[in-house]
Amino acid sequence: MSAIRLAAALTLSALVLSPALAVQPDEVLSNPALESRARDISKDLRCLVCQNQSIDDSNAPLARDLRVLVRERLTAGDDDAGVMAYVTARYGDYVLLRPPFKATTLVLWIAPFAILALGGLATALFLRGRRGVTAGADTAPLSEDERRRLDALLRKDDV
Amino acid sequence: MRRLLYLLPFLLFIGVGVAFYLGFQRDPRDIPSALIDKPVPAFDLPPLPGRAEGLSSARLTGDVTLVNVFASWCIPCKAEHPVITRLAREQGVTVRAINHKDKAEDALNWLARNGDPYASIGVDLDGRTSIDWGVYGVPESFLIDRQGRIRFKHVGPLTPQVIEEQILPMVKHLRQG
Repeated sequence: MSAIRLAAALTLSALVLSPALAVQPDEVLSNPALESRARDISKDLRCLVCQNQSIDDSNAPLARDLRVLVRERLTAGDDDAGVMAYVTARYGDYVLLRPPFKATTLVLWIAPFAILALGGLATALFLRGRRGVTAGADTAPLSEDERRRLDALLRKDDV
Repeated sequence: MRRLLYLLPFLLFIGVGVAFYLGFQRDPRDIPSALIDKPVPAFDLPPLPGRAEGLSSARLTGDVTLVNVFASWCIPCKAEHPVITRLAREQGVTVRAINHKDKAEDALNWLARNGDPYASIGVDLDGRTSIDWGVYGVPESFLIDRQGRIRFKHVGPLTPQVIEEQILPMVKHLRQG
């Protein structure tokens, strides 16, 4: 009896402890397809008040307003890109959690690859240089004077 | 040549240091407006109860106007209110307002207590018009030119410094155009 009660209590607390959803029940659309599109769009839109949360995660009043707005646009028949355009027209590219690829964001997108290429090039050059050293390729042959001095040193060792 | 190569990491470090130094001085809350140089969004907001005039986009052409988004529940709005009052009454700039997500009664009480420098106030109860203006935190202020285009936006309370250094020179410039 007490085991069942314990199990029930544990299940209940697990349910209670599940992460709180920012999306309120009264916001959810009755059409599940539209609602799932709304959730996907909301996950890519930044909450401007809390900045590093999406509006899908945020409890801020503005995030709620924007979630409702996204659902309204979808219900009105906008496609996903249309909804995104509607929001960016008001808040700029800043609301997009995935920055778009365009002239002003070129550095952002290209820099990691450029740095990787630069590092690769530097490494390749360095390794080529080292291979030359071990093979003695970049060492000039001994001059007449050096050979005589070397011979003298070696002879001294023999004694 | 070789020596220069050894200097490279140090130079890179200096570069990154300068970038971070400048970057951390910027306010991450200051998001550039997408609406600068664009016409004000089309809207028509009703007045507060008992008042004659609300605020609509048609009202924002012909004169250089500062549009201030405020709410009675917003503490920084109270802080900037004397600055806006001075701008309207002494410095001769027309200031109109959007009352953002406020109870009419609270807004009227707040204006009675703190003074009302606004030429007219539109009531944005659901915050939808504020979203059209790209508002993400009250107070926000927009400077509108005579053609009804948004030319400048300030997020957060207006200070005498912002008025002197940014708003007034811009108003002077826009009045000539």
